[in-house]
Amino acid sequence: MAQAVAVSPARVQRHPALRVLLYALRRLVALFAAVVVGVYLTILVANMGGYVDQIKRAEIREQVALAVSFDEQMRRLPPEVRARIVEQMVRNEERRLGLDRPFLSRSVAYLRDALALRLGFAERMTSDTGSRLVRQIILDRLPATLLLFLTAQLLLFFASVASALALSRRYGSLPDRLVVALAPTSAAPAWFYGIFFILVFAAGLRWLPFGGMVDAPPPEGTLAYAASVLKHMILPLASLAASSIFLSVYAWRTFFLIFSSEDYVELARAKGLPGRLVERRYILRPALPTILTSFALGLIGAWTGAIVLETVFNWPGLGRALYQAVGLYDTPVIVGSTILYAYLLAITVFALDVVYAVVDPRVKVGVGGEG
Amino acid sequence: MRGTLRELLRYPSAVAGLCILALLVGLSVYAVVAIPYGEAIRLWSGGEAAWPRNPRLARPEWLNWLAGGQLPRTLVVRAGAPVRERDLGGGVRQAEWDLAFSYPYRRFPPELAVFFQADYRDQAPQVELGWRKPDGTRTPLAVLSPRRQDIYRVSADAELRRALGGAPEVVLFSSPDRPGQAVPGSYALEVRAFLFEPGSAVRAELVVYGEVHGLAGTDHLRRDLLLPLLWGTPIALAFGLLAAVGSSLSTLCIAAVGAWYGGWVDGLIQRVTEVNLILPGLPILIMIGTLYSRSLWVILSAVILLGIFGGGIKTYRALFLQVKEAPYVEAARAYGAGNLRIVFFYLIPRAIPVLLPQFVTLIPGFVFLEATLALLGLGDPVLPTWGKVIEDAYRAGALYVGHAYWVLEPAFLLMLSGLSFTLLGFALDRVFNPRLREL
Repeated sequence: MAQAVAVSPARVQRHPALRVLLYALRRLVALFAAVVVGVYLTILVANMGGYVDQIKRAEIREQVALAVSFDEQMRRLPPEVRARIVEQMVRNEERRLGLDRPFLSRSVAYLRDALALRLGFAERMTSDTGSRLVRQIILDRLPATLLLFLTAQLLLFFASVASALALSRRYGSLPDRLVVALAPTSAAPAWFYGIFFILVFAAGLRWLPFGGMVDAPPPEGTLAYAASVLKHMILPLASLAASSIFLSVYAWRTFFLIFSSEDYVELARAKGLPGRLVERRYILRPALPTILTSFALGLIGAWTGAIVLETVFNWPGLGRALYQAVGLYDTPVIVGSTILYAYLLAITVFALDVVYAVVDPRVKVGVGGEG
Repeated sequence: MRGTLRELLRYPSAVAGLCILALLVGLSVYAVVAIPYGEAIRLWSGGEAAWPRNPRLARPEWLNWLAGGQLPRTLVVRAGAPVRERDLGGGVRQAEWDLAFSYPYRRFPPELAVFFQADYRDQAPQVELGWRKPDGTRTPLAVLSPRRQDIYRVSADAELRRALGGAPEVVLFSSPDRPGQAVPGSYALEVRAFLFEPGSAVRAELVVYGEVHGLAGTDHLRRDLLLPLLWGTPIALAFGLLAAVGSSLSTLCIAAVGAWYGGWVDGLIQRVTEVNLILPGLPILIMIGTLYSRSLWVILSAVILLGIFGGGIKTYRALFLQVKEAPYVEAARAYGAGNLRIVFFYLIPRAIPVLLPQFVTLIPGFVFLEATLALLGLGDPVLPTWGKVIEDAYRAGALYVGHAYWVLEPAFLLMLSGLSFTLLGFALDRVFNPRLREL
């Protein structure tokens, strides 16, 4: 047998870590290709009405105007001469960047800029530091989104898997039946429950703030600040939980029940292995890839769901920036955030792939191929 | 089919879902029949002008049952025949009306207005308005020359407010010995008109706005919320159904084609699915809504397009790869069935049991998507939908000032339609996937 492995070149046994690394690299390349196509499609949609062209022209004009205003020699020229020179410079710059070329070659240039997150200048919005760079505006808002939704997703994920395991142990009990009955309530998105929670806990009982991320003015000291942020996170987290926990507990519980009726689990129980061990080794372990996939898909759903939830709760994240941009017709910010969302989704998928490679034995030992 | 239905009816959740669904369908049919499409659009996008006699931000009438009838209803008092009519000579006539009414409430009305309809050729009649309280005291209100269609908003008359030393709708209904609450009793608006032309006439109508209106209440533009609640039903159902049908059927076909042909076709479909996974759906819809069109149908097409290569492809593909090897497919191939025939008559029907529950559970997502877009200000500009009502309420700060009915009514309907489809979908899932049944 060992000889057979040695002679067949395709079956060279590489170190598992190396295999995982190679797999991750391959996935990275594939995903990057997907990002390129995705961003390109976004640009195509955005430029159906020539909006990207406008963004680019405005960006060029802004830069030229800035360069001229810092130039001592230019400032001494009479205004009309200066205006003519500015026009000339703008035209040169547009030609240099290929804005006079047909759309196909232009779009490639746009794609390059978008992939490098050179997203132009916002028309009306500014970042917290006063910058009008779209990249700055978006990246400023990203941490707030990450904080809220990663926390929510992790909390919900562990809570639902743990309670699903507990329920699958006591299948048919009252809490179990309750979860089954409540699962359909997950039809409504988080913002929907958010509105109710605001009505009850903020407007009615006045226990919790209506929205925002910290008290105004922000409290002094790191601890007080963190406490304030936590207090503001309760309602958004609760609405995210309300909109998904019952369905995911229900789904996991069904999944675990199906898994625990497998023959090898029966055998493990018959051998007299303790229940926890059976759960860990014979139910959770083989289910791990599926669990991870669903976690990542949930995260992907959360990123885009963020737009409305952040709006309802005034959470200063990326989603709210997009909402504000819609209100102000700030096209560069809208296109820019769409591109950033594409990146965010791709990063999530990539992270999933890497973890998947680590836990999926088929990747580790090199059996099978691509999924 | 009949067997499936009978089995389905064994699940109480399915029965509940079907009942709610029947109710919603009934509502839709009623809405479409009772209020024709054009009329609905006119009333909804006409804003305040279409409903001048409705109170602003009135709560639904059934809240009155809970409040013990304390909340005033709108009173409309029309002028009948004049009480006195005199010829003053020189072609000038004087006519007087008494618009008497009894006011039973202890709460003040939120607003008062007098509607005029005047017939004249050149010179508009002149009208003097006076107010008579239950104790008989008279208060002059205003002297004005109404145009052919005119509204005198008593509550908005700044001069009168100054003269009375307070809001007219409060001062005119209170007495000094009982401050802070309205005095029930019989009131009257005295209208005296001077008509300067032989054929000239005036009809006055007093509207004492209430705090409740109809079954659903009104919004900040005096629009009866019953209209968007009723009309939102067919729109929501149509949007959800069409989006779910469009995206899941096309997904199914593509998965079947990919699985059957294999090779580069399959590979291409897989790659496109991968790209689609990282396409941010909602931001793209937002972009389309802001840059191009907010029409519900444009958004619907975009939703379907984005859904074609959705995550369902992987599930269906796995299923079709199994079915592809089934003996009956082999038999079909042996008797010479063409590729497309096998895909559409042998593979796809096999997936219906898997598709149907998924399809039904997809619908609420799309119904809520419409509301989501509306909440972001990207709802259809003319159609009355549930999402638009929630958006209006949200923008007007209904959450903060306690106009709960404004948000809760459309939310209730949204929840109801979401629940009906999910309940049905869950039950269908059990009927079609026996492995779940005993769990």
